[in-house]
Amino acid sequence: MENQYNFAFFDEGSKREIRRATLKAIAIPGYQVPFASREMPIARGWGTGGLQLTLSLVTKKDIIKVIDQGTDESVNAVSIKSLVRKTTGIKDTVDTSKASLIQSRHRIPEEELKKGQILVLQVPMPEPLRFVESSEYKTKRLHADGEYSGAWLVLFEKIVKFGMVTGGAAHPVFVHNRYVMTPSPIPKYDNSKLNESEALILLGAGREKKIYAVPPYTKVVSLAFEDYPFELEDQTGLKCNLCGAANVFLDEIKTEETDEVYYQCNDSSDCLKRLNKGGKS
Amino acid sequence: MQDFEKKVLSVKNITRQFGEGCEYCNEDKSNLNRNYCSHCYTIYACRDVSFDLYEGEILGIVGESGSGKSTLVRSLYFEQEVAKGEVYLFSHKEGKENIFNTTSQQKRYLRDYSLGMVYQNPYLGLQMKFSAISNIAQKLIAAGSRNVGQISSCANELLDVVKIEEFRRKDAPSTFSGGMQQRVQIAKALSNNPPVLFLDEVTTGLDLSVQANVLDLIRKIQRDLNISMIIVSHDLGVIKMLANRTLVMLEGCVIESGLTDQILEDPQQPYTQQLVHSLL
Repeated sequence: MENQYNFAFFDEGSKREIRRATLKAIAIPGYQVPFASREMPIARGWGTGGLQLTLSLVTKKDIIKVIDQGTDESVNAVSIKSLVRKTTGIKDTVDTSKASLIQSRHRIPEEELKKGQILVLQVPMPEPLRFVESSEYKTKRLHADGEYSGAWLVLFEKIVKFGMVTGGAAHPVFVHNRYVMTPSPIPKYDNSKLNESEALILLGAGREKKIYAVPPYTKVVSLAFEDYPFELEDQTGLKCNLCGAANVFLDEIKTEETDEVYYQCNDSSDCLKRLNKGGKS
Repeated sequence: MQDFEKKVLSVKNITRQFGEGCEYCNEDKSNLNRNYCSHCYTIYACRDVSFDLYEGEILGIVGESGSGKSTLVRSLYFEQEVAKGEVYLFSHKEGKENIFNTTSQQKRYLRDYSLGMVYQNPYLGLQMKFSAISNIAQKLIAAGSRNVGQISSCANELLDVVKIEEFRRKDAPSTFSGGMQQRVQIAKALSNNPPVLFLDEVTTGLDLSVQANVLDLIRKIQRDLNISMIIVSHDLGVIKMLANRTLVMLEGCVIESGLTDQILEDPQQPYTQQLVHSLL
């Protein structure tokens, strides 16, 4: 006999508590709101923060899309989607434009998000100052005082050692001229999509028990030094092997047999959409 | 003898206590045999400490372990909260505002711009996982600098001053010797040309030759940059070598103060006499 779970797995009290934290996060863009992270039927670090946000927000009218590293078909995405579907009965989609609620790990979809959509990002490490300060009490004080030299220091150290800001993901951003935030491990390519986004962006860290948000139309600026401006991943001259798209985030794929290197759209549903419209096959 | 005329720091009645205090505490405060109240057991780490620091002066604070020396400088560096007292920094609003009454953000600003601190334990003052150059950069970044070229050149100049070889500057201080770590700390503390520098037992734990190098460096920096310094030590040799004036602390109180030569040659208090004899 199948268990009869409450709608969206959680009891209503849990949903209310997570929604309250979410509302506070929206009211204070970039501020990390602590919340009582629940035990979930997936392991911590596998998207429990994002899943809790999704399950507390989902309604019967929603259409959900779940992606993991850009793809709708990875094991984690499929499992999360299956859990949401089974406990809510709502529809799911791979089409970004049709989804009202999108849960994602490590990517913001290529297709521009629209007003009314909610993007939930899974975050492993929400604290941008953790590399320089291990004490939670002290990082809270640093945030309160707006003292972000630690976040800048991490970038400076990379420049000193490698001559450039290395590290392709989780480049810190300055939100609403107030808080420095780590945008989850999205590639630098996606950082600009956070700025003035029409959609509500929520970030959930289950293991670290934090929720934070970028409300629609919020100014988000990537940290950069005057003489080392923020630079995206260099994909000059590269295009997708399947659809031919050039101005998208690409994965590098190497065939073991021939050592051949080719590139493919990271956002698989976006690539598929282009192919269906008659792109290169 | 150098004349010191311009005040840079004025400290009035600093008291740091652990405990609520009681009506008998004031009676016990005059008892120099202990730093706690025998009724309520409130501990007074510092008791009504007052002094002035002048431009270009090195003020030594000497006393045995637990006498309140480090508590005093850490309170002045906003690391510990005081129960009462006033501190006026003359580079901040011309010394008209008690800096203990400023906001948390202003205190950080003062720490970044107007004060420098060198700890006995380099782990407190340095980011051990980051390179030496980044450690210097942190204070410059905190003070608002956002140009990598300018930050690097300033950091390299300071590392030149403290004689950290160029090929070691991108290494983490955790791979440095104790003396090198102290020199990086000194460079970091000097990064924003603070008018006041605190040095808390900077040579403790170093061997004699390294101690001598660090002390020479401090004396040279002080002469070249004319920075006012408060140097805390339980080692009278260090105080004798560096300090123009000295405060002797015992059980949280200043029991004797005066020119260093005067304190060393003609100590008035029994404890100071004992301390001086132990040196000789």
